[in-house]
Amino acid sequence: MNFVLEPIAAVGRATLALIRKAGAMSLFGMAALSHLVRPPFYWRVFFTSLIEIAYFSLPVVALTAIFSGGVIALQSYTGFSQYHAQSAIASIVVLAVVRELGPVLAGLMVAGRVGAAMAAEIGTMRVTDQVDALWTLSTDPMKYLVAPRLLAGTLALPFLVLIADILGVMGGFAVSTSKLGFAPDAYIINTLAAVKPMDVIVGLVKAAVFGFLIALMGCYHGYTSRGGAEGVGSATTSAVVGASILLLAFDYLLTDLFFAQ
Amino acid sequence: MTSQPKIRIRGLKKAFGDKKVLDGVDLDVEAGTSFVIIGGSGTGKSVLLRCILGLIAPDEGRIEIDGEDMVTAAPRRREELVQQIGMLFQNGALFDSMSVADNIAFGLRAKGRAKADAKRVSWSAARLAAGDILKQVGLDPSVGALSPSELSGGMQKRVGLARAIAGTPDIMFFDEPTTGLDPIMGAVIDGLIVDCVKRLGCTAIAITHDMASAQRIGDKAAMLYQGRLVWQGLAADLMNSGDPLVDQFTHGRREGPITMELRR
Repeated sequence: MNFVLEPIAAVGRATLALIRKAGAMSLFGMAALSHLVRPPFYWRVFFTSLIEIAYFSLPVVALTAIFSGGVIALQSYTGFSQYHAQSAIASIVVLAVVRELGPVLAGLMVAGRVGAAMAAEIGTMRVTDQVDALWTLSTDPMKYLVAPRLLAGTLALPFLVLIADILGVMGGFAVSTSKLGFAPDAYIINTLAAVKPMDVIVGLVKAAVFGFLIALMGCYHGYTSRGGAEGVGSATTSAVVGASILLLAFDYLLTDLFFAQ
Repeated sequence: MTSQPKIRIRGLKKAFGDKKVLDGVDLDVEAGTSFVIIGGSGTGKSVLLRCILGLIAPDEGRIEIDGEDMVTAAPRRREELVQQIGMLFQNGALFDSMSVADNIAFGLRAKGRAKADAKRVSWSAARLAAGDILKQVGLDPSVGALSPSELSGGMQKRVGLARAIAGTPDIMFFDEPTTGLDPIMGAVIDGLIVDCVKRLGCTAIAITHDMASAQRIGDKAAMLYQGRLVWQGLAADLMNSGDPLVDQFTHGRREGPITMELRR
């Protein structure tokens, strides 16, 4: 009997643990949000985080976007040329980049870079008593460490995605005109005709949600880390994995919300 | 008529799972005195301090500061009561993203945070004042430009002390202040602690394994064993208390009533 019940019990335990974790993260996020609207707000921490996310992530996001745009152009040319539909490539590139690849790839890059850094920084502060020290210095750690980072993540990612959108389209343009023989003016006309303001806006909304989730995962796993260097290492891994999965799940939900007919 | 103790603890209990860490701690600390708590590793000394600071919620009991129970106080009021307390952490707990001067300036500005009616000190003024506070703990103001990772263990403890006293607290906690330091540096830190406590006129609780440090810092002392304070007396009497538990601990004897839990 145990042979049958044990796997079911294991699934049940894992499900309960997942639900408990989701609940804890939601409460953590709501507590952090409540600190955003209650003074004091630590502007110095906010601007430092904003520069760390928005400025220092620019190179990695830019390179990812340029190459992704180029790859889409190449891949779609290979497929579409079989049906003599090469003229659709400009539309495919711009829509793929603006609606999906810009927000998702920029989000994944920032999750790897910034989410991990946040978890490591706050986790190290936790295991070396710096978080408790904040408390003894009349400073609420949620207000000081978490709330400014959440706001910075939410505002920085739309900026990065806007840059990624432009560079991704330029990557597709460069490959299409230099390698696939497209006329530059026709490519630009097709691109502008295909993209609508709503596509860009929804991409930026997605980016804001992704930025919030990445910062939330980094802060949550860092804040709750235990057990020295090993605990900080595992918090960092959990932050990146958790943010990446949540990001893709929310990408589906937001796409379904905005684009499903 | 007896004066009200600055800190009064009654029946404090805290368990983590099945393990009872604090099992009915009663403690009075008179205003302006230094109280040292000794005890073996894992006996709950740090948990006791963290309960008083509000970092850990006790399961039962009262923690009064100036007669006001912190456990049942409204969260806002509890924050105000905790804001009277400064703490020197075992490893210094300096903010490694800030310079030494900024660490101390942060402590100085905490005073403004604590009292809503107080005028907050600006960062630039706080950084200037940090140099004077560094001098009070025997460090040159030029140390302020360094980052915490560039300091030795003893210097980190001094900067931690400087940050804690910057906000002129009414109560100071010291968590293992001499752990990891050589005997001379330990004596220096103890001397600084005694000076700072006297100058501020504050009430202090220190927890330590170091008997020499306990006698240098403390006016009174107590020993925590199996979740309870099993002995209380003058710190000067620690080495000849007459209590078999205290005697075994203070003289570091293997044989005696204290049995160490060995884990396989």
